[in-house]
Amino acid sequence: MRAILAKPWVWSFFAAGGVWLVTIMFTGGASTLGLSQAALTFAAFSIIVGLGQMFVITLGPGNVDLSIPATMTLAGTAALKVMDTSDGMVLAGIAVALAVGITIGVFNYALIKLLRIPPIIATLSSSFIVQSAAIWYNRGIRIKPPDVLSQFATASTFGVPNVAIVALVISALAWVILEKGIYGRWVSAIGQNMRAARLAGVPVDGTRFATYVLCAVLAALAGFLLSCFSGGAALNMGAEYLLTSIAVVVIGGTAVAGGFANVPGIWGASLFLFLVVSMLNTYGASAGVRMLFTGVIIIGVVVAASRKPAA
Amino acid sequence: MSFLTAERLRLLVPVLSLALLLGAVFYLQPRTMSYTGLNLLFNLAVPITLATIAQMLIMMVNDLDLSMGTFVSFVACVTATFLQSDPIIGFLILAGCIAAYAALGVIIHLRNLPSIVVTLGMSFVWGGLAVLLLPTPGGTAPDWIRWLMTSKPPLVPMAIVASVLIAVVAHFVVMRSAIGVVLRGVGGNERSVQRAGWSVVRARALAYALAGLFAVLAGMTLVGLTTSADANIALRYTLLSIAGVILGGGEFVGGRVSPIGAVVGALTLTLAAAFLSFLRISPDWQIGAQGAILIVVLALRLALNRREARGTRK
Repeated sequence: MRAILAKPWVWSFFAAGGVWLVTIMFTGGASTLGLSQAALTFAAFSIIVGLGQMFVITLGPGNVDLSIPATMTLAGTAALKVMDTSDGMVLAGIAVALAVGITIGVFNYALIKLLRIPPIIATLSSSFIVQSAAIWYNRGIRIKPPDVLSQFATASTFGVPNVAIVALVISALAWVILEKGIYGRWVSAIGQNMRAARLAGVPVDGTRFATYVLCAVLAALAGFLLSCFSGGAALNMGAEYLLTSIAVVVIGGTAVAGGFANVPGIWGASLFLFLVVSMLNTYGASAGVRMLFTGVIIIGVVVAASRKPAA
Repeated sequence: MSFLTAERLRLLVPVLSLALLLGAVFYLQPRTMSYTGLNLLFNLAVPITLATIAQMLIMMVNDLDLSMGTFVSFVACVTATFLQSDPIIGFLILAGCIAAYAALGVIIHLRNLPSIVVTLGMSFVWGGLAVLLLPTPGGTAPDWIRWLMTSKPPLVPMAIVASVLIAVVAHFVVMRSAIGVVLRGVGGNERSVQRAGWSVVRARALAYALAGLFAVLAGMTLVGLTTSADANIALRYTLLSIAGVILGGGEFVGGRVSPIGAVVGALTLTLAAAFLSFLRISPDWQIGAQGAILIVVLALRLALNRREARGTRK
């Protein structure tokens, strides 16, 4: 029990559970199933982008991917346009979304490496270009996803939303890669001390490259799922995930300075963030109050989780 | 060669980029080569410049402010409502904002928190407050701010006079004053500043408070130009201000910043938007072209830095 309590991610689950209970109590248990399903569904998207952001942040200070929203939008837009509501084109659509992710990831790292730009500025600049590409490609037309996909994205299997199952599979893979695979060790090693990692023979460039590509691919996948779930791609659909992706990583107990990551915390934090918003909704809070509380909670969690600096 | 110090060399790329861009705009649209033309070109530069200086002060102590855009928006909302109807309450709120920034600096320092995350949280707080204050766009700019921002000094337009003034003030505070040296030292080597007997907490609080002050001025001048405010009026400023500092030769770590460079960087970004519209680039690609300009300037800087490194090796 003590071993579990010492994990950095348990607190996000306690917090999520607490908020869930408070909300259920307020509604008298009427919406238990609906609330849980909605939480799993909407958390799934933050989980997928959060996992990618987690690997990037773990690479060390200064590493963060700001192109996630633009990548989501472009991947969703391009995939829906290629599929053109036809059920037979589903695989092609997925391929297009993944190709968009890979291209953006490669471009991001090329900027970081070749121009030696800080990742924040590199991913920011590329996100401008990607965003423009999405506007140009989309032309404001809203194309519906193929029926198969929209049914899949909105349906549940044994009461669990399908998108949450997808997120679970991806999280399991990410956990294996992080905890058991050599790649995860490399990412953590680079985040703890890049110079030491290089001297120890870690392929630093290759690992960082793979991480930025992985993050962009996960963002593309989340964009694809989100556009299928919401019945079409919208130009601003990724906007809220910029802050959310960073927030879930931090609340989930991953070290912001890099070097230490954990997958379960992303789940706790994503559920927590969604549940806070829906709790405030059930209390009838306005949009401003909801934002205010979200901000106060993020800061409160970070302050509570912080350790006193060594004297 | 004493004229070409490293500090001045760092300024070369931003100044050259600005000159090049200005030349291109003049070439494309010769009518901008006039008082009114310049005034229109640089109209929105003043708030962007002030926000960029604010961001630079935060980056000087190795932090980053991701709440700049929402904070400037919130200040704009306060300016267009309270500052107009009850000036005393308005000024108290704005003073409270500056105090809040100082408090942030203290918390970030004492608990050793990542500034990115704390300011990310603050961006929700400021955004929420702004929405509560002005749920729909509205409000009116106080007359004196409106008068100040639309005044027409002889010979040189207001925006340029103000930019030069901001650059000079920031330059003296950051580069020439004793406290500026300490503040930059916190970014360069915190421990040595501490060992030299300075309070790092106080220094960081001061850096944040100064940043808050400049950001408040950014919000006030913005309302002076737009005459009304809304909760999302300045969201772009977060990214613009970071890009402006970097374009102007600043670094993310090490306390290496350049106030004059930051002002030039902010002006370059302002001008880039005008340049693109003169090029008749389809609006679809305007944001993308701004990203491309950013990349090109950074590539230029890399080339120059390499030359600089080669020069010192000789």
